[in-house]
Amino acid sequence: MTAFEVTAEPRVAQSLETMLTIRAFEEQSAALQAAGKSPSMCTSVGQEASAVGVMNALDERDQILTNHRSAGHLIARGADPRRILAEILGKSTGYCGGKSGSLHISVKELGVLLTSTIVGGELSLAPGVALSRQMLGGEGIVVVFFGDGAASEGIFHESINIAAMWNLPVLYVCENNQWQAYVHRKETMHADHISTWGASYGVKSLTVDGNDVDAVTAAAKDAVSYVRTERKPFLLETYTYRLRGHMEPDTQQYVDPKELDSWKQRDPIATYEKQLLADRAITPAELDAMKARVRAKIEEAAQYAMESPYPSFQELTTNVYA
Amino acid sequence: MSMHEETSMRTMTMTMTPDAAMVEALAEEMRRDASVLTFGEGVATKGYELAKEFGPQRVRNTPLAEGIIAGTAAGAAATGLRPVIDLLFAPFLTFAMEEIVNSAGKLRYISGGQFSFPMVTIVRTGSGWAVGAQHNHNNEAWFVHSPGLKVVMPSNAADFKGLLKSAIRDDNPVMFFADIGLLHTPGEVPAGEHVVPLGKANVAREGSNVTLVSYGKSVHSCLAAASTLADEGVSAEVIDLRSLKPLDEETVLASVRKTGRAVLVHEAAAPCGVGAELAAIIAEKAFSSLRAPIVRLTGPDAPAPASFPLEAAYAPGADAIVAAVQKLTSS
Repeated sequence: MTAFEVTAEPRVAQSLETMLTIRAFEEQSAALQAAGKSPSMCTSVGQEASAVGVMNALDERDQILTNHRSAGHLIARGADPRRILAEILGKSTGYCGGKSGSLHISVKELGVLLTSTIVGGELSLAPGVALSRQMLGGEGIVVVFFGDGAASEGIFHESINIAAMWNLPVLYVCENNQWQAYVHRKETMHADHISTWGASYGVKSLTVDGNDVDAVTAAAKDAVSYVRTERKPFLLETYTYRLRGHMEPDTQQYVDPKELDSWKQRDPIATYEKQLLADRAITPAELDAMKARVRAKIEEAAQYAMESPYPSFQELTTNVYA
Repeated sequence: MSMHEETSMRTMTMTMTPDAAMVEALAEEMRRDASVLTFGEGVATKGYELAKEFGPQRVRNTPLAEGIIAGTAAGAAATGLRPVIDLLFAPFLTFAMEEIVNSAGKLRYISGGQFSFPMVTIVRTGSGWAVGAQHNHNNEAWFVHSPGLKVVMPSNAADFKGLLKSAIRDDNPVMFFADIGLLHTPGEVPAGEHVVPLGKANVAREGSNVTLVSYGKSVHSCLAAASTLADEGVSAEVIDLRSLKPLDEETVLASVRKTGRAVLVHEAAAPCGVGAELAAIIAEKAFSSLRAPIVRLTGPDAPAPASFPLEAAYAPGADAIVAAVQKLTSS
């Protein structure tokens, strides 16, 4: 057994548990929506390895900007599922006091800042957050998660261009999930990989299998190390697939069943489970215990969120102005 | 500060253009607070004095990309800096609406108060330079209608300085509309620390028969009209709003309650404009004081023309104000 495997082992079990937690959380959210107990939300089912792998490479110094498909990023960063779900339900115990709902959850104490649901909004804000890091000091970097849809917005060009010209410490993580709301990526762009665009800006770029959490972790560690030491942007594309629809509920009638099935065969969680069991990094009993733990955690989150109070009507006009 | 400015020891004021007053305000605030920085299209090149004093970190040129200039300001404002950005002309704001309206204006509320956005966005607009409709569009009301933003539009050099200083110190995103026609007209500016609070109108001239409410360059048309009207025995009060949001309702209402007549004057078009808002407020809160219908004098619902005579006709002038008041007071 090599030193790498020894140090990596606790991490991999944790990666699996985090991915399972994200999946269970989002399936719970969707179930609440289907039961008429929650507003709609956008899930990241199928993309869990991307969120967990990138977060594995970060520490508390770093700041994160995410988007409407944020539950995976939040949970991987250590956010409390109870408070995320409470926010989705618009409850006062949510991270934003119920004023965000599912679409723009920020958790400042975890460094998850300025979550925007305008596709590309996160790209417009990331350079400014990094400019603060550049001017106020510290070794923290800024990670911005966006999709192939946001990469189609003009602001992608403006954002990565200014980050390159101003040497801003931004790790651009494009989660290329093949779908731009209800439109397949292949209908909107020639390139298969967003990472190929980085060279035009003089920005180092890489595509990684976004369904392989260990691969994402390794690539993200290299990318983070580059951004942290060079103080320059990097573009990391995690090539993945959105297994559920754009937003709940969604029959996915517009999805090619063969394509969907081929990606379900590559489900990042099922694949990783098999791999860990085969490697004996985890025993079947440990896996069962892990799944039970996750189930209990999410059930508790649902109960907490459902029982939490709504904000008072006074909150209608608070926090408009500083 | 330019070498050409004169200091008057007697009044302790200096004569300078609004353009110079803005540079002075910015320089003073940058000296006072290390978190203030400025960037935009040509900011470091045109503002070479600022660039020289504060260096390339705090005075930056940007690409001609209003969206990312505003977005970068919002991101920086939320994380410890106080950016002042220059987007040149007000119509260019259409490229920055997402960042200003959806991010800077809303993310404080959406996040449950986790962030604030102490940033100032400077733009120029208004008739006077014959630049046409894509460089001249008094679109200030768009931002009054957007929650979370504050909006100012000064009428004189002293207010340019004092309002910009307040805007920089405010913890909210402030839209600073600079009326092009005023920028190179020198005026008196109090020496040293001069801060004009946001949300406080100025009674530019006291009067008793009619209230003229205005802002920006149109204030001067109102003052000229008031002078003509005085010769005819009509006493007009002129209110310079200075801030469009927050709006100083009390000063306007107190004046209308006194005079019983209100003429609302601005260069921006009438539909859903600041005049419409003021008319509604007056009708709601001072209706019983009104002795005549409220009158709005505004630019037309048309793009701003480039030709000088047409441009001059676009903005409501002193003659039109005098005529409107004569009609009101003779009935």
